[in-house]
Amino acid sequence: MLYREAGQFKSTYAEDQQIFPIRQDRIALAVFLAFALLVVPAIGNQYWLGALLTPFLIFSLAALGLNILTGYAGQLSLGTAAFMAVGAFMAYNFVLRVPGIPILLAFVLAGICAAAVGIVFGLPSLRIKGFYLAVATLACQFFVLWALQRFGWFSNHSTSGVITAQQIVILGYAFDTPARKYLLTLGVVAVMALAAKNLMRSETGRAFMAVRDMDVAASVIGIPMMRTKLLAFAISSFYCGVAGALHAFCYLGTVEPEAYSLDLSFRILFMIIIGGVGSILGAFLGAAFITLFPIFLNLASSWVNEFFGVEISHAVVSNLESIIFGGLIIFFLIVEPQGLARLWQITKEKLRLWPFPH
Amino acid sequence: MELIFFIEVLAGGLLAGVMYALVALGFVLIYKASGVFNFAQGSMVFFAALTFVSLTERGWNFWLALAATLAVMVLLGVATERVVLRPLVNQAPITLFMATIGLAFVLEGLSQLLWGSQPHGLELGIPDVPMEWLSRKWNVNISQFDLFAAFVAGALVAVLALLFQKTRIGRALRAVADDHQAALAVGIPLQHIWAIVWAVAGFVALVAGVMWGVRNGVQYALTFVALKALPVLILGGFESILGAIIGGLIIGAGEKLAEVYLGPYVGGGIESWFAYVIALLFLLVRPEGLFGEKHIDRV
Repeated sequence: MLYREAGQFKSTYAEDQQIFPIRQDRIALAVFLAFALLVVPAIGNQYWLGALLTPFLIFSLAALGLNILTGYAGQLSLGTAAFMAVGAFMAYNFVLRVPGIPILLAFVLAGICAAAVGIVFGLPSLRIKGFYLAVATLACQFFVLWALQRFGWFSNHSTSGVITAQQIVILGYAFDTPARKYLLTLGVVAVMALAAKNLMRSETGRAFMAVRDMDVAASVIGIPMMRTKLLAFAISSFYCGVAGALHAFCYLGTVEPEAYSLDLSFRILFMIIIGGVGSILGAFLGAAFITLFPIFLNLASSWVNEFFGVEISHAVVSNLESIIFGGLIIFFLIVEPQGLARLWQITKEKLRLWPFPH
Repeated sequence: MELIFFIEVLAGGLLAGVMYALVALGFVLIYKASGVFNFAQGSMVFFAALTFVSLTERGWNFWLALAATLAVMVLLGVATERVVLRPLVNQAPITLFMATIGLAFVLEGLSQLLWGSQPHGLELGIPDVPMEWLSRKWNVNISQFDLFAAFVAGALVAVLALLFQKTRIGRALRAVADDHQAALAVGIPLQHIWAIVWAVAGFVALVAGVMWGVRNGVQYALTFVALKALPVLILGGFESILGAIIGGLIIGAGEKLAEVYLGPYVGGGIESWFAYVIALLFLLVRPEGLFGEKHIDRV
């Protein structure tokens, strides 16, 4: 009853092509954004904003980047964390070495650097496919981390290889509390998510999907293979790079190259599997799931502790976490290979008829 | 002198490559027979080695522990087929690949939950020291254990080759690898075959785990051995046992030579990624690996 699109007629082309064609979606999105922008910073405490919501948004952005590459353009990548590392370290260097650079510009430049790295490591995709490519992207992962640790220039010759992100000041306004950092992250993520949503229904996005579905057929109908694949790598790495910059500046503050290990790449890959491959919403749902799940598990273990008086050691919890994690991934793949985003879609279909199916 | 040093490095690299090939074999087996890129192979190696070493530490006899571990690995293979693969029949290869990543997590957690996460040492009674007569005669240092590992790998390949070429099961395996549907049509039970393949891969993982365990100790880092085997795999081609061996040799030798002759110029530590670069260079010429099957794309 609430979610019924009957009667919403499109009388112009502009209306027909708008990004959210259903009125309820537009309202829901506006309400949701307003809630995240106005209410959450007011009611959320330090922990919620700084340790849960900000990383959730940042990982959503990274997952979005990977989803563009893997979900839309069909190129499996295991080097996501490396692109984030490039973003984080280059943003640090831009702020450090270019006096007076606006921080958002530094983020964008860092993203462009990540995109350049992405293009270089995307080159093999022109020749090799599938799992061979996935393994090739591992080269990127290891090489970038090695370079960041090996060449002191990236970390300003700090002995430990650790960088400390500078303070974020935009137009004289310092983003120094968790709430302010959250707002900055939210702003960046919202704009980039909207851009991605739009991009994916443009000619470029459709070219990506054609390449994903069958690249030979795509090139037969005249989609330039080289440009499309490299563009997918560039855009995806750009998103990951900006996510990395945010990760360093708004979340961790102090970063070492080791933080961007293969583990992180896998975590982000899981986000898009669980959220839904090839869906913008999926990146957010998956990131929420993966960020919140370990916290929930820790809570659950403390409950067990309380109710049954059974002490569960930290090592057991972390092992259980990995077992449940792996089990859930298999479970999701078996039950719903399209992920949480698909579940949401099914819910919407049901809601269209609910509560009067006839 | 220079030449002797070169030979020593080369031999060390080739033998290290054999160790990589041992792990890569497990990947190849499963890929050949079911088209699944089994990312959990590294975890299987870890799981097998940890089970084996924990049993021996609890006072089990060597062969008994080996047999028990083998039984566990076979069970694991059968269970994997039942729980993970069977419900995912006919899914895209990427879905199966991701399922095996999930399996890797389960195995890593499970093995440490069962046996604890402290590192173990493992001894087979073969010392990891240079052979005396070789170093006396030609001044070349080659570890005795490395040679033993090469011998084991050779024996393993021979056994697998026999299994694949000369037995009924081997023929069925090759038939399934060729074409699932055709194999089904002539009455080959797909599920049994997959369970067998996973069990054999478990066996290979056990061998690799024991060998690597002796070399580096049985610890969590063993799971990363799989990452070393991946460049070997793409270099040799996913479908070829011979490719895994040759790829292992090329990667091992190339890596060691690069570390010695190229490393000083860039500051060392290039072992982590150089193998991938070698593999990529080969892939640019032959996109399906040295011995992989050529894929013809049709619209």
